[in-house]
This record gives sequence, C-alpha cells and structure tokens, in this order.
Amino acid sequence: MTEITIETVLKRAEADARTYGYYLNPDPELLQGLLEGLKVNEERYGYPSCPCRLASGKFEHDRDIICPCDYRDPDVAEFGACYCRLYVSKEVFEGKKEPPTVPERRPLEKQSRAYLATSELKAETVEMQKVLTGKDTAKVVEPKPKLWYCKQCGYVVFRDEPPYICPICKAKREMFAEIKTLIEFVV
Amino acid sequence: MPFSKVSGRNNAHKVVVYALSTCVWCKMTKQFLKDNNVEFEYIDVDLCEEKEKARIREELQSRSGGLSYPTTIVDDKIVIVGFKKDKLKEALGI
Ligand code: SF4
Repeated sequence: MTEITIETVLKRAEADARTYGYYLNPDPELLQGLLEGLKVNEERYGYPSCPCRLASGKFEHDRDIICPCDYRDPDVAEFGACYCRLYVSKEVFEGKKEPPTVPERRPLEKQSRAYLATSELKAETVEMQKVLTGKDTAKVVEPKPKLWYCKQCGYVVFRDEPPYICPICKAKREMFAEIKTLIEFVV
Repeated sequence: MPFSKVSGRNNAHKVVVYALSTCVWCKMTKQFLKDNNVEFEYIDVDLCEEKEKARIREELQSRSGGLSYPTTIVDDKIVIVGFKKDKLKEALGI
C-alpha cells in the first residue's frame, strides 16, 4: 500500500470538492488540523473515518462516516459546511456567510456502536450479515441501493438515495429519477 | 486512560473536556483554555480502552444528551457542545 501523507489526503479531498462543487476550508490552520486527523484515522483503521467522530474500527459500522461521509451533502446544502467543516459551500469559502455550528446528523444509535466492546460488536455484525444476506428478512432495516439517473445530463449512479447535486452537471436532487427497468442477462 | 490534567492560574471552576485526539475542534478548545490560563482536565476518548468507552458513553449521554466532541462541562452543570468561544468565556468568566 502506498504511504499515507498529508499531501495524498489533501489531493483526494481537493479532487472530491471539485467533483461536487464544494470548497475546502479556507482557514489554513484548520484545514491542516482536519487533514492530520484524517491521516491518523486512515493509518489507524485502514480508512479515513471522520476526524470529529468516534469510529468503532469496524468497517461495516463506520461505513457512513468514511470521509466524505454520508452526511456531508445534506449538511453543506443546509448549513454551508459539513459537520467538521472540511467541506464548505462557495458562500462560506468566499466569506459571505458564516456557517453556524453544524449539528450532528448521524443517528445516535449508529454513534453508539463505537462504544461497544468488540464482543458485543461481533454479535451485532452477525445480525447485520443476516440482514444483508437476506436470511432473516424480517429485519431488513438498511435501505437498498438503486439506480438513479440525472434527467438533465444522463449521469447514472448506484446508491441508496439520489445525490444532492449531480457531480457532472450540478443539477439539484429533484432532477434525479429512479431507473426501474429490469435488466435481463441473456446467457 | 485516565483524565489528563492541565494546570493554570484560572482554577476557580472545574472544567472537564471530552475530546478526540484526531479532532481539530477539540484541539482548539484545549488550546483556547491553555491560552487563557484555565485549569482543566481532558480525556481523548478515541485512545481509551473498551471498558472506559462504555462508561464515558453513559456519562456523556446522560449529561449532554448526545455523543459529540468536544463536550466541555463546567462545574458539573454547564454543558458546552462544540468549540464555542463565547459560551466558554461566559461560563468561565474570562
Ligand atoms: S463531516 Fe466532513 S470531514 Fe467529517 S467525514 Fe464528513 S465530510 Fe469528512
């Protein structure tokens, strides 16, 4: 595996910001601190989990807080910044708007998992696997990913919910529609 | 991991900071208290052992209703979630 440096963490964040039309925090000291936190977490857990949240160290329980986390898009849309303020909107970047403290959007029940002992987490993981493999269909709680397409530019994405902004043409979420066609494979 | 203590001349209040070692806002809170010579205790929860995390979760959740960092508790009663200079100043009289 290639070495993790501040530079690689920064490059990835910059590329992602560009794709989604966001900006990185303009305060150099803050930005440096945020990148350092991400680097430490990537070294510690093997993935860059959110520096401002407690991770469990188990991928399946931390998936939603791997940067950029699942909560970034709604938070930037609503407050002009993500929970950690690594990603900000254009207005905030240009200093036209001061974002309020961004409240935690991640459900408490997901946060709590990071405090469970490894043995308790294992039991939960088994439960989750049952759900994912469909062996225990009564317990399906996680939304299933679907195919979404952008009505403006045709971009297609496979995820639980449509993106907040189209990464290609910047159309709003309302422009996304689910693709319901059944794709049949002919052998 | 026990709480770490930072001494300071402003020691009229009991100040406890729940923090993460990776979190820049936690660092800023600690730095702000140091700069103002405030005596405080802190704990970096991500570096704690499993048993301790469970205890901290109960403590934090019962006091602040959430599990966000940094959470600063002044004199066991004022709870400040996030790095909020004004709230800290007000609570500490600085
Ligand atoms: S809150 Fe911001 S920095 Fe933290 S994981 Fe989400 S996008 Fe990354």
